[in-house]
Amino acid sequence: MIRSLPNSRRYKIVYRTYIALFYLFLIMPIAAISVLAFNDSDFISLPWLGATFDWFFADTNDRVGLFFDEGLISSIFVSLKTGFIVALLSTIVGTMAALLFEEEKFRFKGFLYFLALSPLVIPGVILGISILLSSTYAGNYMEDNFGLDLEFLRPSFWLVVFGQFSFGATYVMLLVSARLKKFDRTLEEAALSLRASRLEAIWYITIPFLKPAMIGAFVVAFLISFSNFNTTIFLVGSDPTLPVDLYSRIKFSSTPVLNAVSFLIVAFITVFAVLNLVMKKKG
Amino acid sequence: MKSSKFTFYLLLVPVLLWLVLLIVLPHIDLFISSFQFENDDGDMVFSFNNYLAFFEDKIYWLTFVKTALYSIAVTILGFVITFPVAFYLTKVVARKFSIFMTLLLLIPLWVGELVTIYGWMILLSDTGVINNFLISIGIIETPIQMLYTNFSLTIGLVYMSMLFMIIPIMSALDSLDDSMIEAACDLGATKWTIFTKIIIPYAMPGIASGGIIVFMLVIGDYIAPNILGGKSSLWFTEQIYNQFLSTFNWNEGASFGFLLLLLSSLIIFIALKLTGQKLDRVGR
Repeated sequence: MIRSLPNSRRYKIVYRTYIALFYLFLIMPIAAISVLAFNDSDFISLPWLGATFDWFFADTNDRVGLFFDEGLISSIFVSLKTGFIVALLSTIVGTMAALLFEEEKFRFKGFLYFLALSPLVIPGVILGISILLSSTYAGNYMEDNFGLDLEFLRPSFWLVVFGQFSFGATYVMLLVSARLKKFDRTLEEAALSLRASRLEAIWYITIPFLKPAMIGAFVVAFLISFSNFNTTIFLVGSDPTLPVDLYSRIKFSSTPVLNAVSFLIVAFITVFAVLNLVMKKKG
Repeated sequence: MKSSKFTFYLLLVPVLLWLVLLIVLPHIDLFISSFQFENDDGDMVFSFNNYLAFFEDKIYWLTFVKTALYSIAVTILGFVITFPVAFYLTKVVARKFSIFMTLLLLIPLWVGELVTIYGWMILLSDTGVINNFLISIGIIETPIQMLYTNFSLTIGLVYMSMLFMIIPIMSALDSLDDSMIEAACDLGATKWTIFTKIIIPYAMPGIASGGIIVFMLVIGDYIAPNILGGKSSLWFTEQIYNQFLSTFNWNEGASFGFLLLLLSSLIIFIALKLTGQKLDRVGR
């Protein structure tokens, strides 16, 4: 049953076949996209008509490759920018939340912690529509009473950032809290008894200890932001993020350039994952 | 002590801003606008009409019930499919393979739902990879309709959510001491007894948090039902999207959103009570 116990041959074969089938199921969609990104055809699926790099580099009337498609390049750029800002904001506030809930004692702490965890169980659609509703109310209020037209309260780049940050911070908080639980509090107390202020102790002792978790959390927040669709779709303005752009192309105008973009994302993630593995083995 | 108070507020204020402005106020606004209705004079008045519309129109509440039941079924299916894999990766396979195989699990997760669901669309369509393969080996002669059915919907929902089940179960099983299983085996327990009396109870916290996250992702999903599901497989989130993005009846959409939130919270609450878990363990 486990490594140290003997098993019957049949049990082993059945179990291994199941695992192989599971991995086939897991890899199939990714493999299909990756191969068909190089198909010399005008349709997204089979038949296979030979290999080509057209869907990456062509710039003709019939075919526009990924690197010459201005719409796609711009939405990739918007997604990278959004992801970076969301990751930065989430890492800062999520780490603050981890420090607050792990180290401080105050009234209503349990209730606030419950609120901070709630994005885990609120569907992304609901977060999207409720942030859209309240920002629209706030925007109308500001306009009616003060004559201010605030762009970030209407569907726009910044509203997407706020929407994604609202749950990104929760994931950062959980990841940083997990490391903070292993922190030896006496180090902080020693700093305090040597007359460091509380803030100095956090900055010079606790934050350096948390750094690996914060970097990991930054990456997770970036990836969550980069692939988010459910919340973003309600908050997006005139500049679509990559998932929003891809979705409308899948629905209304699919060409194999979609396979090329998907392949690029898969390739990027795979290289990143392998690097991560190598780093872990070294560290 | 004064500077320590200062640090406390330095930490508290940004966290409060996050929770109040982006979590609490938006949900209060969602609740309020679900009771707003435009009367014949064009004024917004308090009314139950949005909720009445939901109960009067059969398609709304039928979709609602279908989405709820389907989400529970997909969560259970996801557990059945992934549990053997989680057990294999933590307890059976040699450690040098398990790191690589676990990494392979993370790739579809990081690539994102939209890309993988699009991949399934290519696989399942009439001219797709699976139909071509089946025709070429002679099992079928004409393509089978797989896309836009409940079959493709189920595959998409299971695929996009199952990895969120596997990871918490793996981290729960990781700390299970092998000697417990060995001891049970020495005392003559059958595999079934070991499975139901030792492994499942031990993995319960992981199963509960994985199950809750999967359920929430499935019931709130839009991409898989919209891209892979057909006209017969409407999903409740699609009704919310329609109200907000097509018909621009935001108040009706808000009432749908609030009902969905109520439903998912209720089911998650029941699941937590049944398994004896607490919310603050979810996501660990």
